[in-house]
Order: sequence, then C-alpha cells, then structure tokens
Amino acid sequence: MEVQQFYYDNKIVKKFIYATIVFGVVGMVVGLLLAFMFIFPNLTDDISWLSFGRLRPLHTNAVIFAFVGNAMFAGIYYSLQRLLKTRMASDLLSNINFWGWQLIIVAAAISLPLGYTTSKEYAELEWPIDIAIALVWVVFGVNMIWTILKRRQRHLYVAVWFYIATFVTVAVLHIFNSLELPVSALKSYSVYAGVQDALVQWWYGHNAVAFFLTTPFLGLMYYFVPKAANRPVYSYRLSIVHFWSLIFIYIWAGPHHLLYTALPEWAQNLGVAFSVMLIMPSWGGMINGLLTLRGAWDKVRTDPVLKFMVVAITGYGMATFEGPMLSLKNVNAIGHFTDWIIAHVHVGALAWNGFMAFGIIYYLVPRLFKTKLFSNGLANLHFWIGTLGIIMYALPMYVAGFTQASMWKQFNPDGTLVYGNFLETVTEIMPMYWMRAIGGTLYVVGMLILVYNIILTVRSGSKVTDELAEASALQHVSKRRTSGEGWHTWLERKPIKLTLYATVAILIGGIVQIVPTIMVKSNIPTISSVQPYTPLELEGRDIYIREGCVGCHSQMIRPFRSEVERYGDYSKAGEFVYDHPFLWGSKRTGPDLHRIGGKYSDNWHLNHMYDPQSTSSGSIMPAYQWLIRNELDKSQTETKMKTMVKLGVPYSEEDIANAQAHMLEQGTQIEKNLYTDPDFAEGYEADKQEGGSEFIEMRNREIVALIAYLQRLGTDIKVDNLETTAQN
Amino acid sequence: MESISGIEIYPIISLLIFFIFFVILFWWVVTAKKDYIKTVSNIPLDNQNQTEL
Repeated sequence: MEVQQFYYDNKIVKKFIYATIVFGVVGMVVGLLLAFMFIFPNLTDDISWLSFGRLRPLHTNAVIFAFVGNAMFAGIYYSLQRLLKTRMASDLLSNINFWGWQLIIVAAAISLPLGYTTSKEYAELEWPIDIAIALVWVVFGVNMIWTILKRRQRHLYVAVWFYIATFVTVAVLHIFNSLELPVSALKSYSVYAGVQDALVQWWYGHNAVAFFLTTPFLGLMYYFVPKAANRPVYSYRLSIVHFWSLIFIYIWAGPHHLLYTALPEWAQNLGVAFSVMLIMPSWGGMINGLLTLRGAWDKVRTDPVLKFMVVAITGYGMATFEGPMLSLKNVNAIGHFTDWIIAHVHVGALAWNGFMAFGIIYYLVPRLFKTKLFSNGLANLHFWIGTLGIIMYALPMYVAGFTQASMWKQFNPDGTLVYGNFLETVTEIMPMYWMRAIGGTLYVVGMLILVYNIILTVRSGSKVTDELAEASALQHVSKRRTSGEGWHTWLERKPIKLTLYATVAILIGGIVQIVPTIMVKSNIPTISSVQPYTPLELEGRDIYIREGCVGCHSQMIRPFRSEVERYGDYSKAGEFVYDHPFLWGSKRTGPDLHRIGGKYSDNWHLNHMYDPQSTSSGSIMPAYQWLIRNELDKSQTETKMKTMVKLGVPYSEEDIANAQAHMLEQGTQIEKNLYTDPDFAEGYEADKQEGGSEFIEMRNREIVALIAYLQRLGTDIKVDNLETTAQN
Repeated sequence: MESISGIEIYPIISLLIFFIFFVILFWWVVTAKKDYIKTVSNIPLDNQNQTEL
C-alpha cells in the first residue's frame, strides 16, 4: 500500500490560539467592567459608547463569538487534520476563515458601542456584518467538507460529526434569525414581529448555545480528552447515541425561554417536554467524557490539562442539569428574568467553554512550539484561582436570583405587595453583586496568568512549522470489504449523506415549531385597538434599541398575580404585532416597562434619564444625559416607515407624507408638558438664551422621542374595552 | 390550533417520527460490531504527535 507524506497545517492553529487569548482577555475585561457598573452605575459617566446597554452585547458577543469561536476553530483545525490524516483542503480558505472572522469581530467591537444593534440577543450585529458572518461561515464549512472528502482515514470519528452538525445548524439558525429588511447601511428591522420574532429569536438563541457553545466543544472533548488521558473514549456506542439524540432533541427546546409569555401555549409545552428530555443526551455525553478517565484519575492530579477538562465537563453536567430544571414551568416562574439565569449561563461559559478552551490551549501550545509548558505551577494556580472565581461568581448570583424572585412575589395579608417599590429588591442584592465582581476578578486574574505562562512558553519554544505525517491513501472500497457492515458504518464512510441526515434531524424540530406560528394566523390573536407607532414613537423605539435598554428591562408581563399587581395587566400576543423587532427582554435588572406608558409624567422621565438617582434613590441605572442634549435625527423617518409598510405595518401614504409635521407636533406637545415643571422651564430658558443660533429646541431632541415611546408603551389596550378577534 | 382540520394527526406523526428515530438509533448501536467500535474509538490515538512530552 502506498504511503503518502504530507504536512499538517499548524500555523493556522497557532493564529486561532492567539486570537482566542487576545479576545478572551477583551471579552472578560468588558464583562468585569459591566459587573462593576452594577455597583458604580455611573462608572463611565456620560460616555455613550461605554454605557452599560451598549457594552452588554459587546461582552456577550466577544465571549461567545470571539473567545469561544476562535477556540473552537483552533481545536477543529488541529483535530480535524489529524482525525482525517490530511492537511486542510485549502490554505487560502483557512486564512479567509481566520482573517474574515477577526474582521467581523473588529466590526462588532466598533459597531456595538456606537449603538448599531438589532437588539436580538446574541444576534445584535447589523445586516452587513450578518452577511459577512454567513460568508465566512460558508468558507469554514466548505473547507471542512472538502478536507473530509480528501481524507486518508475511511471512518469519520464522532468528533467530526459534531463539527459537521455545528456547521450546518449554525448556518441555518443564523440565516433565518437574521432575516431583516435594511433601512440604511447600518439599520434594519427584523422581518418578523412580536410573538413570531420572539419564537424565531429564541429558537436561534437557544440553539446558538447548543450548536455554537456545545456541539463543537463536545467534538473537541471527544478528541482532546482521550488524547490528554491517552486512552480511547469510554464508550463509542454511547457517543453515537449522544450525537444523534442531542442534535435531534436540542432544536425543539427554544420556547423554554418564553414560558408564561404571550407565546401560544402549545409551543411552550412542546419546548418544555423536549427540554426535560434533553437531560438524557447531555448527561450521556458528560458521563462518557468523565469515564474516559477511568483508570487515569492519577493523571488528573498532576496534569493541568486534565484538571481543566474535568472541571469543564463537570460544569457542562451542572449547566445541563439546571437547564431542564429551569425549563419546568414552575421553576421557570421563579428563575426567569432573575440573576439565577446569569449564574446558569456563566457556569456554562466560565466552566464548560472557558475551562475546556484553557485545557486545549495548555495542551496545544507546548506541542505546536515543540517545548514544555513554561510553568506547570502557574497553570495549576490558574486552575485553582479560576475554579474559585467560578464559585464566587455563580453562588452569589443564585442567592440573588432566589432573593429577587421571592421579594417580587411576596404579598401582605391585605393583598398588596410587600416590596411594592422595585428598588428595594435591587438594593437587597447589592452584596451579591459585589461578590460576583470579586469572583469575576479572580477569573480574569487566572486568564492573565495564562497569558503570562503562554508568552514565556512561546518564547522558550521554536518556530511553529507544518508537521510532517504519513498515511496510506484511501483504497477503493471493495464489495467484499463492505459485506456485513452496519448501516451506520456505511453512513460514516459517506460524509455528504451524514451531513444531509444531520440536517434533516435538526430541521424537523424547527419546522414543527416555527412554521405553524408563522403560517397560522389564529395563533396570534389580533386586537383592534392596537395601532402602529407614531413617527416620533418609532424614532423613540429606535433610541431604546440603540441604547440597549432591553438588556435590563423586559416588556413582558407574565400572567401572575404578583406581576399584574406590580406592573399592570399581563401582556397579550396581539399587542406586539407591529413590533419589528420584539423587545420582550430576558432580564429584569430594572422593572418591566410594558405598561410604563402614562405611569409617570414627561418631566419624571426627563429627570430620570438625566440623573436616575435623583428620581429613584439607590437606583443602579446609569444616566443617559446625551439623550437630553442630542438632536433627533429625523432624516430617516420616512424610509423607516416605508420599510415598516413592506413588513406589513399599515402606515398610509398620508401618514408617511405627514411624518415630519406629526413628529414636530407630538414633540411640541411633550415640550409643553415639560414646561409644567418650573425648574425645567427656568433652566431650559436660561440655556436657550445662551445657546444662540446653534440651540436645539427640546421638541427636536432625542429625549422627546424616547419619552413619546415610553408614554405609549402598553396603552393600546385597556381591560374594559378589550376586543380580541381570535383566541388561542 | 383546534380550528385547523386534520390537526389531530400531527401529534401522532410527531410521536411516530420520534419513536422510530430512537428505535433505529438503538438498533444500530446495539448491533454494531465490536472490532469496528474498537478501531474507530482509537482513531484519535493512532497518530501520536511527534513531539511527545
């Protein structure tokens, strides 16, 4: 048999590792800054691009797509070549994948702080960047499948299936969730509205966790844990069950993010059922990973790589036990919108993704640079300080979550809320936010130790070169050889068919949930009194989106006595039919805003945005003073309305033609209302005198649009004249 | 949902898809040959890095 010589591409792996480390530090430091902004809300006082609402998506995107994404590519590019005994099919595609991905990250790091966001969680990037992501992702997929086709190893090891499923599913999710109609170069509206947008978003959001943070890392686990422990995976049979059942079930579970919301009941229940089932494949995978170390536990005591991996897999087990529990409606009623969810996601991110990435980095860098790790002691220190950091982060957030939920729901004997002022429930958990910030600091310190250790390891090593390897070419498969093979054995020789079957497995769940919600009108009861936003309210809504208000404020009152008592009538599906995109939110650091309209005066809102602590003592909301100074950009309003018309919002030609006049009229009315406060009148008139010709009148400023939007929220329906044309 | 004609068939179809999926999966796994499983599970280990540490 002919033995062929070839070189593994190690340089591309090195590049992705460097990017992982750099963006890991950036993403975590931004997270730490955010943690301290809970304690010192005006830490970045009056710097709009460093405000909480704009940095939060930067943190989540940096950690998910830059840190974990680059770690995933590094691990895949290393293991794929070795599992298939071939070099990556195209160095050009590998490099386009690398540089394209880094450019996307830089584009995100610039556009998100500037307020260019779609507001859909983990899909905040605007449409040109979305297109770039799709292109680079296809480059990655083509390179991978091409490499698989020219492999020298007949059978595709289970890790490769996980990589294939990752590629296919993320492509499907990204494309469908990012369908949006552009208004301008950096502004678009989601094609879906309200309930449908929510369902598509959380079908995406949940499965981004599944297929970006989980499946690629499970593939890496199936490669790197056996490598580091030097023994095969505990049960290959279990890994097959793990793979197919995980990808088949995961895709259905998205609606558990929308329990007790205005989403149709059947979709909620379907999501719950599949989320509960999900514990089986998840724990099957965890057990398979941990038991791979059977008989090698002594190595875990000395090898930092294995230490990191064991805690990573344990974290995966904890997060995937908690996930199904949180999907039970009664548990979700407590956990949703609270800091419990923050604890849950950080167990996943810090332990599972973070520690797995660290393990892989400590494994790969010495091998790529042909040297020893500079210091095992420092790696051990990183391990312990990181583990302590995770505990210090997660435990206080669990306590905070339970405290919030129980305070939000507590009633006096006379039927009033014990903690009627939302702020009381915030000040109560400030010590937990302190502890979380300390936990986060420990974790970041651990990361910096890694940076130091890796720099010195790289310095002591030699240049990374392509690695020579040998393997025999694939032989033609004769009939005799295949007689009696099982169908899955056959399937594993057929990468294209495997890809197709995996695609079918992930599409079933998506189709069953999403198609009825989009196609069947009766699933979204319409309410005749619900009208489209006025032009000024629409502009105000875009400011709400730009500033990332949705990061801390929900617009979804669940049908609980405690929420109806606190916020007002519960939210109905029909109220959101013109909401492109939906803004239900997923976290209540501040109170729900769905029925905020008419609750406070226009003056209150102005003062609150200027100095939140003046109207609400002890508030941890940052000030938004630039909204009060900035002139409202009305140049796009007509284009925005026309885009909305294309999406089915019934603005008439006349509405669009009169947009400017209408905005001025509504703005002038709000300005008049503001004059009722003598302090405002005095200060504003003084400014006007000084301002001269450059002076921007209040009616034309951003704050007026925002006030118009906030005062509109939830006022479309009143319980006594509610008319629903259809019911669930 | 109830207003759609023929909707009753959907839960049954869903259950069948689900059931058949797992029957086929377990059938394959149980009948897989032992040496095949052994070979494949050793794939990550049989090309050791030349720079062993």
